[in-house]
Amino acid sequence: MKLRELFEEGRFVLTSEIGPPKGVLLDEMFAEIEPLKGKVDAINVTDNQSSVMRLGSLPVCHILKERGFIPVFQITCRDRNRLALQSDILSAYVLGVENVLCITGDHNVLGDHPQSKPVFDLDSVQLIKTVRGLTRGRDMVGNELEGSPEFCIGAVVNPGADPLEPQIIKMELKAEAGAEFFQTQTVYDVGQFERFMSQVERLKRPVMAGIVFLKSAGMARFMNQNVAGVSVPDDIIKELASVSKEDRPKKSVEITARIIRSLKDMCQGVHLMPLGWDRYVPDVLKEADLR
Amino acid sequence: MLVSERKPWEEILQSLGTRDRIFVVSCGGCADACETGGNEGLVEAKTKLQEAGKQVTGAVLVDYLCNKVLVGIRMGRYIKELEGSDLVLVLSCGVGVQVVGAMVDLPVHPADNTLFMGGFTGVWPGAERCAQCGECRLGVTGGICPVTNCTKELLNGPCGGSNNGKCEVDPEKDCGWMLIYERLKRLGRLEDMKGIRPARDHKLMEPPPERRKTIYWALENVE
Repeated sequence: MKLRELFEEGRFVLTSEIGPPKGVLLDEMFAEIEPLKGKVDAINVTDNQSSVMRLGSLPVCHILKERGFIPVFQITCRDRNRLALQSDILSAYVLGVENVLCITGDHNVLGDHPQSKPVFDLDSVQLIKTVRGLTRGRDMVGNELEGSPEFCIGAVVNPGADPLEPQIIKMELKAEAGAEFFQTQTVYDVGQFERFMSQVERLKRPVMAGIVFLKSAGMARFMNQNVAGVSVPDDIIKELASVSKEDRPKKSVEITARIIRSLKDMCQGVHLMPLGWDRYVPDVLKEADLR
Repeated sequence: MLVSERKPWEEILQSLGTRDRIFVVSCGGCADACETGGNEGLVEAKTKLQEAGKQVTGAVLVDYLCNKVLVGIRMGRYIKELEGSDLVLVLSCGVGVQVVGAMVDLPVHPADNTLFMGGFTGVWPGAERCAQCGECRLGVTGGICPVTNCTKELLNGPCGGSNNGKCEVDPEKDCGWMLIYERLKRLGRLEDMKGIRPARDHKLMEPPPERRKTIYWALENVE
């Protein structure tokens, strides 16, 4: 199933996200995503998220597919040159993956192998264009493929970036290159998101608002200081700080559901990033009047 | 020495678009030695531009475009001519183009591609650097190089890690694409950020075999 089909049906699309383990034991990951079954339309599998070396996104996508989930293969430009990127995209198709999300990727120095060589042979726009080319039966240099893969291609954008204009120019390039939908960086400031949406409506691409579950006031403050283009409003931080540790998940569910309710009429879907709190996803969706 | 070669004149003229008043700057250092700058280059550029119906508002030869003081003094004599120009065409390595770009509030277009460094890095004491990528695109990036200024060497705009104008790897380091964006905005050339730029051709960074024969690829090995 390609996400494109859901958007075309006019469905409000819900996706979540899982990071493969650092190692080869999968049980914990399976337990984590079990509550998502039947609740979300697809699950993103991250690609060496935060530049930390982990089990690969692609085999995990394949395994999720076998277990009845619809995976979205996140692929970054950080670790592979153009041969490896194209090859992995072809492999993904053969393994049953139908959705890819093309990302630049965090820089190596931010992760656990800062000594490694940054690749970035392609940038995200060029990668999207390359995947689009593969679906049309040609590799990057124009060689014909024996059978072409079919994908729904997604891309990312940060609605909180300041200034926003260069982000939007790049978003246009991504759309031009072949991106069919956009997933955003986490949104907490609904007004800011609304202003962003009014500027990108003309691109006619479905946008899924991203939401990272806020687990504590400390986490919110950390994100404000360290994550590009993320601003958690003060009143939300105060709300989180006002409850005891045991009540934090409940509060987090309440806040997340409230944000989703207030932005769901502005966009075409939501991408949840529960960061291990997958068990609260059903509560969030219920409180947000979704499914 | 930064070894360069002339871009095809067709490409240079096309990059100028409808901008007709062109100021030419040529480097008398490495570019002269490579026959991509110097006085001969200056004369060639003037002729080509005039043949294409362009107006040459001024033409200046600077011994070393990587010498900050020299460039400042020489360019300072042409303020009026520069004010009456639409852009500056620079015959030099990528450093020279960026140096001129940093000195004037005008778009700067490269006439040359920088291929590799022949043992001498030039004498520029500023932040402008050239990676000798072999396909100089400074003309559409506001005279600021995305290859040397963006940590990820991205060609199609900033990544999501750009934060308050700084790079995700170092809060002290400017985001190269934010510098490019700000400059293009100031020059009224934001349209230069549009249009997908193709992936780089890394083959261009390989020095030609005849120049690779010595370990230095130095000045004395050029012809």
